[in-house]
Amino acid sequence: MTAALRPVLDDGPVLDHDHGHDHDRALERALDAASAVVDPELPMLTLADLGVLRDVTVGEDGAVVAAITPTYSGCPAMAAMRDDLVRELHAAGFADARVRVVLEPAWTTDWITPTGRAALAAAGISPPGPAPRRSGPVPLRLTPTRRAVRCPRCGSDDVVVGSEFGSTACKALYRCQACLEPFEHVKEI
Amino acid sequence: MPDVRTHEPDDHDNAYSGLLVNDAHWAFGTDFEDPLAGVDTTVPDGVDPATLATYCLMLGDDALVLSQRLGEWCSNAPDLEEDIALSNIALDLLGQARLLLARAAAADPSQVPALPDGSPVPDEDRLAFFRDARQFRNVRLAEVPNGDFAQTVVRILLFSSWRLALLDRLSDPLTRSRDAVLAAVAAKGVKELTYHRDFAGRWFLTLARGTEESRRRLLAGLDELWPYWAELFETHDIERAAALAGVGVDPAGVAADVEAVLDQVLMASGVDRPVLPPVVGGHDDPGHHEHAAHQGRDGVHTEALAELLAEMQVVARAHPRGQW
Repeated sequence: MTAALRPVLDDGPVLDHDHGHDHDRALERALDAASAVVDPELPMLTLADLGVLRDVTVGEDGAVVAAITPTYSGCPAMAAMRDDLVRELHAAGFADARVRVVLEPAWTTDWITPTGRAALAAAGISPPGPAPRRSGPVPLRLTPTRRAVRCPRCGSDDVVVGSEFGSTACKALYRCQACLEPFEHVKEI
Repeated sequence: MPDVRTHEPDDHDNAYSGLLVNDAHWAFGTDFEDPLAGVDTTVPDGVDPATLATYCLMLGDDALVLSQRLGEWCSNAPDLEEDIALSNIALDLLGQARLLLARAAAADPSQVPALPDGSPVPDEDRLAFFRDARQFRNVRLAEVPNGDFAQTVVRILLFSSWRLALLDRLSDPLTRSRDAVLAAVAAKGVKELTYHRDFAGRWFLTLARGTEESRRRLLAGLDELWPYWAELFETHDIERAAALAGVGVDPAGVAADVEAVLDQVLMASGVDRPVLPPVVGGHDDPGHHEHAAHQGRDGVHTEALAELLAEMQVVARAHPRGQW
């Protein structure tokens, strides 16, 4: 099992020792295979680092079920994620591999792992800050969202948001006033 | 078990062989996988499946139709950033629509149009592409043809303020829908609509306080769409039943909150509420003006919806056994 997946799977019964060593090893193999799959649109990130891979289980019969949560309702990469997971699990020797969708709780950028954040920054994409928390009605914001964003190229904090919507649903467009380069920021949800 | 991996190099060398090996890989979002795979879609105890399904269709159709309208902006917006923003919003709404239509189909399969044997078209696509305008349950605000960018800003502001309030009620722990699927779809939608409403609110303010021309266009857009505003808060029988069963929200119940949000934007923008009467009836029921039986929720629409659907549905209808 990779370190990246531990926080994801710590919530559930991961290694069931009653099932013995074979089951544990099968689960580790399944976890390794599933957690190596990268996001189709952010290929510097694994699905585990993105927080999209929520769970991997191996049944008594050896069937593997991987659970994924969409980042956005219309995320067009879900099908590719599903296919890539099934393909990698097949390649790891699991003839029966399935992917199920988990809609709740909804994906949040807080699930992106530290490794994932570092990978984003290294690829020139500004990683998200903490997701907004609220109690009561959703506040209307008529002024640009304030974020502590730094240019991933030159490190300057003299940046302006160009649009809250970018090349994929999860990113906003920024421009650095210091080095004049545009860059993308994974917006907090 | 076939080792799909051995085909991989071919997939990338040749788009057509990739298409044959794995249809989900040649274009994103065109697969035939169930968007609710593995999700428990059991209808909660004491809830009429037909009511839940119709209620989900209403919320799904709102999103689907406005998504199609916003999609028309793709490559036509005033600048690249707004082009991308409108496409993003359209995509979010399309995603919500897909899940809601799939949920409707799972709750009450009898509402899904029948297709020839062997058709691979999934339920949510059957609902989207094989119903006529009369069967669409969306509010008419969603279907009105696009005007200029200012009118689109007004529409997104009105629509997202209202929808955000509905989905917030459906997912809030205190008022949560008893249908776990609907509550989950709503929770995700709230996060997305927050961005949509902020986008529209900021542009509303910018255009209102911009130039004389931008303000003129904004006010014209507001006047054009205002007659469709009241309809959003009129409770349909299905909505009432869904609310009573604890799965839906009575839109009349969110009116005060939504009006307060709108007033915030209008006040900041120095714009007065229009004084215009609500539009009544639809094109296909002349003469009858009996209240509440002539709204988009009843399948009574403006002519624009039929045109929109004709364009949206033509390819799917020409190939009911098609796969793309």
